[in-house]
Amino acid sequence: MIGNTKAQAMGRRDAPLPDRVDVAIIGGGIMGLATAYHLSKNSTLRIAVIERSYLVSGASGRNGGGLRMQWGDEGNVTLMMQSIEMCRGLAQELGINLWFRQGGYLFVARSEAGERRLMRNASLHRDVGAPTRLMTGAEAREIVPQLDTDQVRLAAFNPHDGVVFPWPFVWGYAGQAVARGVVVRTHTPVQRIEVLGDGLRLHLGTGEQLDADRVLNATGAWSIELNRALGIELPNHPHRHEIMSSEPLKPFLDPLVVDLATGLYFSQSTRGEIVAGITMPDTGPAATEVDLGSSRRFLAHLGHALTQVMLITSQLRVLRQWAGPYDVSPDGDAIVGPSPGVPRLYQVCGFTGHGFMMAPAVGKIVADLLSTGKHHPMLDRWDPSRFARGTSRRREDMIIG
Amino acid sequence: MPRRSFVCRCEDVTLSEVDHAIALGLHEVEELKRYTGLGTGPCQGKECISALVKLLIDKGLADPETVQPFTARPPTEPVTLGALAAGLAPDAGDGS
Ligand SMILES: Cc1cc2nc3c(=O)[nH]c(=O)nc-3n(C[C@H](O)[C@H](O)[C@H](O)COP(=O)(O)OP(=O)(O)OC[C@H]3O[C@@H](n4cnc5c(N)ncnc54)[C@H](O)[C@@H]3O)c2cc1C
Ligand code: FES
Repeated sequence: MIGNTKAQAMGRRDAPLPDRVDVAIIGGGIMGLATAYHLSKNSTLRIAVIERSYLVSGASGRNGGGLRMQWGDEGNVTLMMQSIEMCRGLAQELGINLWFRQGGYLFVARSEAGERRLMRNASLHRDVGAPTRLMTGAEAREIVPQLDTDQVRLAAFNPHDGVVFPWPFVWGYAGQAVARGVVVRTHTPVQRIEVLGDGLRLHLGTGEQLDADRVLNATGAWSIELNRALGIELPNHPHRHEIMSSEPLKPFLDPLVVDLATGLYFSQSTRGEIVAGITMPDTGPAATEVDLGSSRRFLAHLGHALTQVMLITSQLRVLRQWAGPYDVSPDGDAIVGPSPGVPRLYQVCGFTGHGFMMAPAVGKIVADLLSTGKHHPMLDRWDPSRFARGTSRRREDMIIG
Repeated sequence: MPRRSFVCRCEDVTLSEVDHAIALGLHEVEELKRYTGLGTGPCQGKECISALVKLLIDKGLADPETVQPFTARPPTEPVTLGALAAGLAPDAGDGS
């Protein structure tokens, strides 16, 4: 049993909606719900979350659950140090088992370029106080004895990184938000946003309307449709990312391992399954619509890469494979803040392949912005207007997948 | 004390846990699966999913004519990574 036994209520399809709220959040993924939770904790604002399907139906219910502070840019490292710190107390705060396990992330580099990246990162991490350690291939084998480290030039390990089970995380935020008075309405799509003189009006698939002073577009890879209809052109786009999980095994693998040579990553969940994904070659032109199909090509590619570096996995049986949408931002930074031309509509999008781990921190940052106007430094670089202004800049080169 | 009755034996999900989840307002197979973990074990729901669907029908929460079991996740039979790597996976269907 993985769900929250303490919660008294969850989102419902029949949750009654008021005519007007202060903040309406479109999208019941981790971003929308973490923000709703923090808003309900820190303010007296009236809040509603509107989810088209069920609460973990988007990327938040389909991801690998990896959390790391090993990034290549100072802002991201610091943000993830905060997020992981928040995760430590979160299970108790949300009254739910998050299956959070800090087994570390082990990055291995087999090329000179990869080696340089890890060295640069380690010095950055030292400067901001993240406990990343560089090590040889032989030392990496002490952490993962089954790993082939023959060609490994350098490895980096951070013991604070780890994995969670994504589903209870989402339910935990939802249960606590509802307990604090947030209306969470599921199975109800927002079809259109109308700009009013004093707010925004959401037209719902049920025929109902909901007015709000301010609205959050937290629909991730689906955000483009709602934005375009308002004339808001942002460059994020959906990208299908596949993943698989195996039969459960006795615990033997502590860290999540990332092989920079292939973009392969794998970890063992607290439930014992090996969860693995990989960067796919030749994915074709950028998609405009979400595609959730699973391919045999992915399993063959992943199986090849994983059995090469972990020979013992060749006997491992795959139980499930699935896909989810990355919401790719072209410069690698998220898209958060008032929309160009429609300032009452806030974007909380563009988190590519790392929105789950950032959500604990981001939910608080966005809630603070909405309730007190407090401006976290990351909001400058996440500004949705940067693309039109021409100030978008790529800072991060440690995005996997 | 009455014996606990399990709906999903792989993941230890009891009838009273499913009842609690339903009381929270979760009425669809996909959301109940993700809340309780039912159907995510080694048998991938082969033994428990029909029991859940029957429960929903009995409670009037699902229409026997239209209820859908949750999305089947390929592969249909467990395949080893070694076989997949060698491209020998007849059952690893192409879902897309
Ligand atoms: C396979 C995979 C692996 C990943 N691995 C990791 C990882 O290891 N670590 C990590 O941090 N991140 C990972 N990610 C990324 C992470 O899952 C996402 O960044 C994160 O979940 C985004 O959350 P969200 O709330 O923004 O979006 P979502 O969870 O997608 O939520 C958006 C919600 O909006 C709803 N919606 C859409 N349109 C409408 C509408 N018109 N009206 C109402 N509701 C609507 C959708 O139904 C959906 O529930 C991974 C992603 C994938 C796909
Ligand atoms: S009995 Fe439920 S997954 Fe096997």
